[in-house]
Amino acid sequence: MLTSAFYFIAFVTIFFAIMVVVSKNPIHSVLYLVLTFFCISANYIFMLDATFVGMVNVIVYAGAIMVLFLYVLMMMNLNAIAEQKRSVLFKISAAVTGGMLLLVLVAALKDANLQIQGSALEAEQRIGSIKVLGYVLYSKYQLPFEVASILFLVAMIGAVVLGKKDNSTKTIGIEPVK
Amino acid sequence: MTLLSLLPTLILIVALFAVTMLVALYSTFAERKVAAFLQDRVGPNRAGPGGIFQPLADGVKFFMKEEVIPVASNKFLFVLGPCIAIMCALMTGIVVPWGDTLTLFGASIPLQIVDLDIGILYVFAVVSVGVYGIMIGGWASNNKFSLMGAIRASSQIISYEISMGLSIVALLLVTGTMSLHEIVTQQHGMHWNIFYQPLGFLLFLICAFAETNRTPFDLPECETELVGGYHTEYSSMKLGFYLFSEYINMFISGAIMATLFFGGYNFPFMDNLLQATGSQNLVTIIGTAFLFLKIFFFIFFFMWVRWTIPRFRYDQLMNLGWKGLIPLGIFNVVATAVGLLFFRN
Repeated sequence: MLTSAFYFIAFVTIFFAIMVVVSKNPIHSVLYLVLTFFCISANYIFMLDATFVGMVNVIVYAGAIMVLFLYVLMMMNLNAIAEQKRSVLFKISAAVTGGMLLLVLVAALKDANLQIQGSALEAEQRIGSIKVLGYVLYSKYQLPFEVASILFLVAMIGAVVLGKKDNSTKTIGIEPVK
Repeated sequence: MTLLSLLPTLILIVALFAVTMLVALYSTFAERKVAAFLQDRVGPNRAGPGGIFQPLADGVKFFMKEEVIPVASNKFLFVLGPCIAIMCALMTGIVVPWGDTLTLFGASIPLQIVDLDIGILYVFAVVSVGVYGIMIGGWASNNKFSLMGAIRASSQIISYEISMGLSIVALLLVTGTMSLHEIVTQQHGMHWNIFYQPLGFLLFLICAFAETNRTPFDLPECETELVGGYHTEYSSMKLGFYLFSEYINMFISGAIMATLFFGGYNFPFMDNLLQATGSQNLVTIIGTAFLFLKIFFFIFFFMWVRWTIPRFRYDQLMNLGWKGLIPLGIFNVVATAVGLLFFRN
């Protein structure tokens, strides 16, 4: 039962992921990507019983990042005609890069152990519940978690710095822009 | 799981759907009556006694109107837009605890369809997906005004989601759980979260106005600038779905606010009544009635604000969101954490 459900969800996920690449219209691509994220969340929730991660995936990726993607695409109003022609070399290099990323991910996750070793608190809880996740995140993986937070902070400040235009030389009429 | 054990859940789902639709239907009527009252008019009073059948007349009118799908639009997405909007509006209600347990025929039935241990996050996820209804509809209409409305809606909802999330983080620090049922149970006996999180509630309330696209934040459908905003090209029941989903969202956000901050189905002297009568069912029913009273108050508040406060300008909206509410939200989280550290023990 669980195996067939996995195959079904995995098939749908990969189908939508392929549609992201294949569809001509960039807006359709983004919408297929949203569906792909939903399917990945379904994987988390039904296969791993990780409701928290699944919901956060929907909130962050489908609900926020993809909305911003869609926002930018709508602002630029791209369409199929405006798409640039890409050379064959470009496509081959993209395929090779993607394939190598896949290889690295598979190699890294091949021996992943989904059982949590540790105290009795973890043993009685479901692996995906918030309690276990919070406990593991703030004890065993505290340092990586904090390093990741600093990375986010740096990215955020960087975005603000890039977004702030240098207006000191610009003028409107004879008045300098404040 | 047998079919019989699923029966209460099925009945609850159908009842929730019916009640949500009924409340949304009569919210449209209430909105017009409240507007009329605030503007010293009579309001709709022709259909039935006191105009009580006006929503039915409106509904029939929506269904009878000609359905126009613009030639240059993307037809599939054009139809999909209102569907997503109303589907997401209807989905949130299932995690709200509408009452305590009822005991019928020897079986105790909790008046909540499903008690997820991540209840708030579920609500949050559905709300954040709901914006696709507006965005897809606005873009698929192939109309500049619709597109502007869609773009405004997306940036507005993304911006206000952050401060809404921050207000919920502070609340979670106090409650220590995300399950809505447990949050309500903790507030039993007038320990309402509003007393512990007044600033959090204020932030949540303001963000709820922005998330439901209500005045003063209804920039996506600002008719003075954008004709009809994202639903300019919509007609017939598809327009009806967009308008309806706004009223359903109002109802649900009222329910969420009552649940998170105002004790949900808890009411004063609950234990005394239980002791005096000894009937849990009676207390449950009165509790549900109190929850609905709270929700109706919030719906009235939404309308009151709509007909009192003028619409923001777009830059004012963004300034309020990013420079006012988010710093306040972060301050609230830090202050709550420090307060808990020193005063909990």
